[in-house]
Amino acid sequence: MSAIVAVMRLGRPVTPRLLLAVLAGVGAAACAIGLTATSAWLISRAAEQPPVFALMLAITAVRAFGIGRGVLRYAERLAAHDAAFRVLGELRGETYARLARLAPAGLAELRSGDLLARLVGDVDGLADLWLRVLLPGASAGIAAAGAVLLIGGLLPVAGAVLAITVLLTAIGGPLAAGVVGRRAERSLSPARGALAEAALETLRGAPELVALGAAARALDGVAAADRRLAAAERRSALGAGTGTLVAGLASGAAVWISLLAGIVAVRDGSLAGVALAVVVLTPIAVHEVVAPLAPAARLLPGLAASAGRVTDLLERSEPVHEPAVPADVPDGPLGLRARGLRVRYPGAGSDALGPFDLDVCAGTRAVLTGPSGSGKSTLAAACLRFLDPAAGSLTLVGADGTAAELTTLAGDDVRRAVGLCEQDPHVFDGTLGDNLRLARPGATGDEIDAALASAGLLGFVRSLPAGLDTPVGEHGALLSGGQRQRLALTRALLADVRVLVLDEPTEHLDEAAARAFVAELPTATAGRTVLVLTHRPELFTADAWTRGPELRPAT
Amino acid sequence: MNVHRRLLLAGGIAAPALALAVALGVGSTALAIAQAWLLAHVITSAFLDGAGVGAMTPALVALSLVLGARAGLGWAAELVAVRISGRVKADLRARVLAAAVALGPRLAAERSTARTALLATRGLDALDGYYARYVPQLVLALIVPLAVVVSLAFVDLVAALTVALTVPLIPVFMALIGRMSAAYRDRRWAALGRLAHRFADVVAGLPTLRAFGRADAQVATLRRVTDVYRVSTMATLRVAFLSAMVLELLSTISVALVAVGVGLRLVNGDLGLEVGLFALVLAPEAYLPLRRLGTEFHAAEEGVAAAREAFALVDETHGSRLRAGAPSGAEPPAVLAALRVEGLWVEQPGREVAAPAGLSLEVRPGEVVAITGKSGAGKSTLLGTILGFAVPTSGRVAVLGGDRTSMDVTVLDTGSWLARVAWVPQVPYLAPGTVADNVRLGAPGASDTEVADALASVGLADLPLDYAVGERGSGLSGGQRRRVGVARALARRSELLLLDEPTAGLDAEAEARVLAAVRDEARRGAAVLLVAHRPGAVAEADRTVEVRWASLAEPDAPPEDDAAARDLEAVSA
Repeated sequence: MSAIVAVMRLGRPVTPRLLLAVLAGVGAAACAIGLTATSAWLISRAAEQPPVFALMLAITAVRAFGIGRGVLRYAERLAAHDAAFRVLGELRGETYARLARLAPAGLAELRSGDLLARLVGDVDGLADLWLRVLLPGASAGIAAAGAVLLIGGLLPVAGAVLAITVLLTAIGGPLAAGVVGRRAERSLSPARGALAEAALETLRGAPELVALGAAARALDGVAAADRRLAAAERRSALGAGTGTLVAGLASGAAVWISLLAGIVAVRDGSLAGVALAVVVLTPIAVHEVVAPLAPAARLLPGLAASAGRVTDLLERSEPVHEPAVPADVPDGPLGLRARGLRVRYPGAGSDALGPFDLDVCAGTRAVLTGPSGSGKSTLAAACLRFLDPAAGSLTLVGADGTAAELTTLAGDDVRRAVGLCEQDPHVFDGTLGDNLRLARPGATGDEIDAALASAGLLGFVRSLPAGLDTPVGEHGALLSGGQRQRLALTRALLADVRVLVLDEPTEHLDEAAARAFVAELPTATAGRTVLVLTHRPELFTADAWTRGPELRPAT
Repeated sequence: MNVHRRLLLAGGIAAPALALAVALGVGSTALAIAQAWLLAHVITSAFLDGAGVGAMTPALVALSLVLGARAGLGWAAELVAVRISGRVKADLRARVLAAAVALGPRLAAERSTARTALLATRGLDALDGYYARYVPQLVLALIVPLAVVVSLAFVDLVAALTVALTVPLIPVFMALIGRMSAAYRDRRWAALGRLAHRFADVVAGLPTLRAFGRADAQVATLRRVTDVYRVSTMATLRVAFLSAMVLELLSTISVALVAVGVGLRLVNGDLGLEVGLFALVLAPEAYLPLRRLGTEFHAAEEGVAAAREAFALVDETHGSRLRAGAPSGAEPPAVLAALRVEGLWVEQPGREVAAPAGLSLEVRPGEVVAITGKSGAGKSTLLGTILGFAVPTSGRVAVLGGDRTSMDVTVLDTGSWLARVAWVPQVPYLAPGTVADNVRLGAPGASDTEVADALASVGLADLPLDYAVGERGSGLSGGQRRRVGVARALARRSELLLLDEPTAGLDAEAEARVLAAVRDEARRGAAVLLVAHRPGAVAEADRTVEVRWASLAEPDAPPEDDAAARDLEAVSA
């Protein structure tokens, strides 16, 4: 529940809109209850055949309630949806902003299918917290309290019975449902997650699963996950059904006991006969107003679980500790220096890199090599301050000798100075131009063309009818492996950084293209310090390149 | 076929739900009428005649039974609806995923996998609302108003007429709502899909975004997208809720009309109190199911929209030219004597090029043929065409049997053909699980020793069999991932081995190990096609064939080189 409170706090900026929704909701519920109560009185009084003018007020009230209910309900729905969508926007923004602080090193152990389920499922689902639980709960609760006072004024026993049965419906029913279906409710969310993951994995691996003859097995796996979810849903329905049963019985009890008490009270004179119908029929309307609260209350455990997962993400500690007062990145050309550097992923049991020493002087181009698994990508992550050293130091060194250890600098400042071309670059589902301007939003056409030419992609782009406006598909699916890599290279060249780290830049390039690219690299990166991490050092033999120390698997 | 008809009638899965909903509807209607009559009777007796509890015991007992039965019926309806909904969902989900897997090789390019996964899971979950609430409510909406009007007609024609005249207006407005909310539902579902895709894409690319300092800018973009979504949704909601308001107004004003009319006739002495109260209690019951139907409509429509998309996807596979999953093709020859590619052209969707353009080659058991060519020349497409994932625009891929009979791969039974082939794509798919699980994906019967041998032959002898692999192969380096993919293919002991740059990202030593293992496979009798960039891999091959592409935008321009005219054996290393 504390997670729910934490999530509710995010709704603070939209408080006025939330209050408006509650106000309209109370009005609509009061109209519904008032319509029944006034009609019951009107008909009972009419049976005594008074002059018609004695009924005029009641007749007007009945008509007003009849109109008011529809209009106020419309206002409530609009206000509630608008407020809930706004709260949802806040929540999405907060969640993503947090993910952006954590990625990539702080999220390494999270599976992206699960991440997706968290973001879209949990966050979207939390809109129900306001739409179906908090707002209707507040309006129905206030209106029902008013009705209890009214009925209690006429016949205290009936008022008490109404109060008890309303509480039974709104709280007792869901509690009983919870007892019956608690285990099921708790297994629902993981079962849904397991199904989503099985489905996503099967779709992701579809071509190979088909080729390997393993598709039928994978689909069976999904079907098994589906059966587990269906079983959990059936158990949960049993619990949910208990809630419906309690609500139905409570409503019936309210009517029946009020009737019994009313008959007695009319006979002993403590209740006017004309009010008997009001006392008996009003509880029907009140229960109709509170009935939706039972299914809503049942959502709470699921919402609490979603809220828990979202707040867990919001409260997760960052893999990098930003300095309170960041130092300045030295001016001018920069070099890199590592001394006894060890790097470890958060939560990992052993180091991924080191101990390691390195000197790349400002303006030079260094090539580091090492076997697979020796920590090349880890070093790249450390250079961009996605990870802090576990021991030793990593330092940016200015041309004049001023040095700044990466841990004393703000991460974003580091990344303005140090750029990366990843081994598995992500290509966003958009146009070629979108993917390039990411690196430098204000880039001119000439700048983009120059970078494309340096990466050997200009001819390809010019051959496309739509040029830079050509869509690239999900994960760049409409590009070949080599084109994806060249796109990432273009992006890295376009970024205005002083140190450029290239992680396996010739991957996916054919031999001739790889040699051509390496030959052009010094010109394309002129004025920058370049650190190439590769398992193919033989490509970098020209005078422009210096060989750094070899990376070895961490000891 | 209409989506509602398919959901309610297809396969008879939902037929019991319909029957049960009707039975429960009839039962609860009868109970509602009984309850109204008993209440009216008891209240009137107590108020006008001063009757005591003792005199009305039978009526009070009957009332308690009716109230209890109504509660019990509601409970039973809910339990049954969940069972039915679960069965329909499982059936649809299995069909959607089977269709998506069959389309798999093309799916990534044309439809986002995240969107399809969302459709198969959360999307179809929305059908709960359809079966558990919408369908039972629909049945009630058909039965209850009629029953109420008929019961009222026996006692008070004026009240019966009031209800009979206003109730038919509601379906008219329902139709209006349906039309207006169609736009709402489609937009909401499309927007949800786009948002899901966008989130997945942005989250997957977070490392890249952070490297370029653009992650924070995306926060603003995402907020803006959500805001645009809210504004457009609110615009449609304003209309959708407006029609719902008219509906509610109709029903509450009608109840008010009945109450006022009954009251005035009571004053004149035209009517008894018992009848008046009966009309008052019963009149709202006529409108309640229709009103609830209006609110259930939105929840149900989300499920219907998902079902519509699911049916479309399932239908698409049936009409597709893709063979993957095609049940009854011809059996491939018992012995593979050669695989022959003849004048193969494959047009690339969205690009005005053919890649490969005019490719011919032949590979026989025991041979390693290297496939080279520039990026985008169609090397991977060639392998896809052999697998049956892509369809030749012209030319063909043929399998030659022991007696040199030639069969086009497009006519072969997919399962039987793929069982003879092992394929390693550029980025092998790794399933979450252990390394051994991944090797066994293609060879479920392989023993631990066989799995270990396959791993050792690609230089992964040090990798424990139970080493845990995360999503997208996390926990393994890029080179290890590729080699697990190769080991998986080797463990299949196939007659045809298709390798797409298996040594990219490997150091020289690992590359040599992998190439030696590939050579061993050829010695064992496999025919090997090896897409390769690097000299080491090309040198290992018996022959080299270069793949070229051609522009379709300028049809007069010759292909990069007239590869089709080249003798099959001419291009030897």
